[in-house]
Amino acid sequence: MAIKCKAKMKDGMVEVKALMKHEMETGLRKDSKTGEPIPAHHITEVVCMHDGSELFRCNMGPAISKNPYLSFTVSGPNVGDTLQLSYVDNMGESDSGEAVVK
Amino acid sequence: MKRRQFNLKLAGITGLGVGIASGLIPISALANWPTAAFDTETTEDAANALFGGAEMIETDAITFKAPDIAENGRVVPVNVNVGLNSIEEIALMVPENPAPLVSTFVMSNQSNVAVGTRIKMGKTSPLVAVVKADGKVYTATSKEIKVTIGGCGG
Repeated sequence: MAIKCKAKMKDGMVEVKALMKHEMETGLRKDSKTGEPIPAHHITEVVCMHDGSELFRCNMGPAISKNPYLSFTVSGPNVGDTLQLSYVDNMGESDSGEAVVK
Repeated sequence: MKRRQFNLKLAGITGLGVGIASGLIPISALANWPTAAFDTETTEDAANALFGGAEMIETDAITFKAPDIAENGRVVPVNVNVGLNSIEEIALMVPENPAPLVSTFVMSNQSNVAVGTRIKMGKTSPLVAVVKADGKVYTATSKEIKVTIGGCGG
């Protein structure tokens, strides 16, 4: 389940779009059968790396929707450069993906 | 009510974290998730935890793209455009959510940034963005987004 991502050059800025698969459980919901609260399980950090340095980071709270979508614009990378995206959640699970700037 | 008490306790424990976030160490040097800011219950507290109580300047340079009516509060697509220079951090908040801070976007010296994501909204609320750019803290509030089915708990 890699992060799906695209990066496209537009007016001198790189537009990155990413789609992750994650439950994004808030910790506020209760199990409908047992009444037990469902523990929070959500992505905390999404990092975009370019050329070995951090280009962009998103700190996510539980209020980001299930299967998070993230888009952002950055300047710096050129067409043909590879961007690495990765996320970590509050239970230590992680995933990553790559996109080549078009 | 229980949650509220838990948060209050947690706020006590993370008092140290607030100290760190309040400017002793630059946030960019701290690769950790800003726990203290995400645990606050008002937009003011969240902004203070992130930007150390700096004076917030109202600006027209921050614009929002979001629906007028969100039928499903679990998935509300929002876009924030920030037409400022030297942007370091953008914080997105929903004042009416149990925890108003939705997410923060951290970058180094970017200009004219647009960020977009899909958020959960508990009830009808505007959006608030707080942006740190060029050493100053700017803020803007969107029009109200009407939520017909909430997206928190239940």
